[in-house]
Amino acid sequence: MNEPSLKNRNSRVFMMQGNLACAEGAIVAGCRFFAGYPITPSTEIAEVLAQRLPQIGGNFIQMEDEIAAMGAVIGASLSGVKSMTATSGPGFSLKQENIGFAAMAEIPVVAVDVQRGGPSTGLPTHVSQGDVMQARWGTHGDHAIIAFCPSTVRETYDLTIKAFNCAERFRTPVLIMTDEIIGHLSEKVELPDPNTLEIITREHPTVSPTEYRPYKMTDSDIPPMANFGEGYRYHVTGLAHDETGFPTNDPVKIEQQLLRINRKIERYRDQIVEVEEFQTVDMDILVIAYGSTARSAKKAVSQARENGIKAGLLKLKTLWPFPEKEIVALYKTVKKIIVPELNLGQIAHEVEWAVGREKPVVKVNRINGEPITPSEILAAISG
Amino acid sequence: MDYLKYLRRDKMPHIWCDGCGHGIILKSLLRVIDKLGWDKNDIALISGIGCSSRTPGYVDFNTLHTTHGRALAFATGIKIANPKLHVIVVSGDGDATAIGGNHFIHAARRNVDITMIIYNNNIYGMTGGQVSPTTPIGKKASTAPYGNPDTPFDISRLAAAAGATYVARSTVFHFARLDKYIEQALTHRGFAVVEALTPCPTSYGRMNKEGSGVDMLVYQKENTVTIEKAANLSPAELENKLIVGVFVDKQQSDYQANYQEVVNKTRAIVK
Repeated sequence: MNEPSLKNRNSRVFMMQGNLACAEGAIVAGCRFFAGYPITPSTEIAEVLAQRLPQIGGNFIQMEDEIAAMGAVIGASLSGVKSMTATSGPGFSLKQENIGFAAMAEIPVVAVDVQRGGPSTGLPTHVSQGDVMQARWGTHGDHAIIAFCPSTVRETYDLTIKAFNCAERFRTPVLIMTDEIIGHLSEKVELPDPNTLEIITREHPTVSPTEYRPYKMTDSDIPPMANFGEGYRYHVTGLAHDETGFPTNDPVKIEQQLLRINRKIERYRDQIVEVEEFQTVDMDILVIAYGSTARSAKKAVSQARENGIKAGLLKLKTLWPFPEKEIVALYKTVKKIIVPELNLGQIAHEVEWAVGREKPVVKVNRINGEPITPSEILAAISG
Repeated sequence: MDYLKYLRRDKMPHIWCDGCGHGIILKSLLRVIDKLGWDKNDIALISGIGCSSRTPGYVDFNTLHTTHGRALAFATGIKIANPKLHVIVVSGDGDATAIGGNHFIHAARRNVDITMIIYNNNIYGMTGGQVSPTTPIGKKASTAPYGNPDTPFDISRLAAAAGATYVARSTVFHFARLDKYIEQALTHRGFAVVEALTPCPTSYGRMNKEGSGVDMLVYQKENTVTIEKAANLSPAELENKLIVGVFVDKQQSDYQANYQEVVNKTRAIVK
């Protein structure tokens, strides 16, 4: 990554790699702190930000490990600076501990997982979608989570901005579950004028420090957040706590807070969940796909239409909260549902739950590092 | 001085046992902060997990109780994102040098402007007396019922070897010395470590028949040797002695200064 990332700043049209789009999206969203650790296939995000952040008043730091990188971004966010880290499977496993802390302590941060083959060291340079359930349940305990999943370079840019907006608005960690193909894919993108973008920053308290309750049960379920050093001296802990932020063993208060951190995501799911429909109006066969696999799926649906088969695609750009409502709105009239994915059926299982097992859900899976081809999905559509 | 000015009174009583030395360290820290006249709003006190790590809950600063061993990682982010904050990390021997050992040596190497106070009681107290990286060979713990087979760390020498630019050790019995070292650490630019040797009569003392908290303080009184005196003693004479003093005190550009150099270079290129 020797070239400045956006060389021609007079144009908004670029040949751009997915990982670069993630880095640029983060900057536009206001990210001024990145902590990371080298790991294929996410490293370009760190490399670009190592170059860009010092130019624009931001900080880049390569930490001693993935755990520290996640801790550092939480610390920086507590100081009031929008922060991000990026990793891949093995690193994503290590980050789970502090992702849980951010969920519990309600600290806005963005973590990117450029998915590669697993388990363990797996396939460092090959694509996978094997971490999508880890995104939902990777850290221990009941918590809500937001996870986005881009299938194009432009979506990587847009969803990175949305990730920061959601992190700030909902005081929560937000995950970007991209994959090796999208991360390393270079394609033409036209980026929007940054001035036209909505950029959200956390709501600050308006009350005096003595009245401030960092985890107050507000109507919105999202209490305003003071940054360290602003005069609100409060306590932040990963222990179960009450409205004041201090640990408590009171079961009523514990439940109140834990239900709130789950509810605050679920109740706003309509503003978080994004899907894209393609040829769904009169379809008989519904393909549900996400990430790089959605590209093959779109091609397969087009080919099916050419063959006179009424196939349609629902592309999931948000994985968590799960787009159950959007699936329910589409499945009733179809004969079958096909879910291609680069794992052994992690999202297909969610789809089966969403449709109440009323329709056959055909899984098309691959875990050997190769992508699923359009013809393989077409075969499932035609079969 | 008025300690209550700095304490969250409604969080008392604290959880530390009778005879535990942790309160002595906390008082020492508060005395120094009071002497330095720092604004409470400008102080961030960060901890990991364990007995020592309950300290932030009791003091009226910006306080953060993180995950086990990770306090320095969070603190690094806090300090870099808001350099105006005085960032202090409190940790224990297990938190700092077992699960947090990697963060510890790298914070030292990086020379971030953070002060770390390590409450070394040679045991995992919070979880009920398990063997720690500073439990001496042969001493008992609930997970070393026949005596510890592991060789312990010397935390101060570990910090020094890893590049910390200020390192000092004191017992809690010698609290005036502890005050002095904490003051030097807090006013030092760069990564400063103060190792405070503190008795745990409940777990370590009981399992090793070392008596009450008072007995353990008397042991500290009678077995402490300064670095200067230790230089003239034989290994046999130094056995079971507590060596205290300033191990490192050097001026070296800290992370923030080094990063500013990076920023300056980018400006030169952008022009």
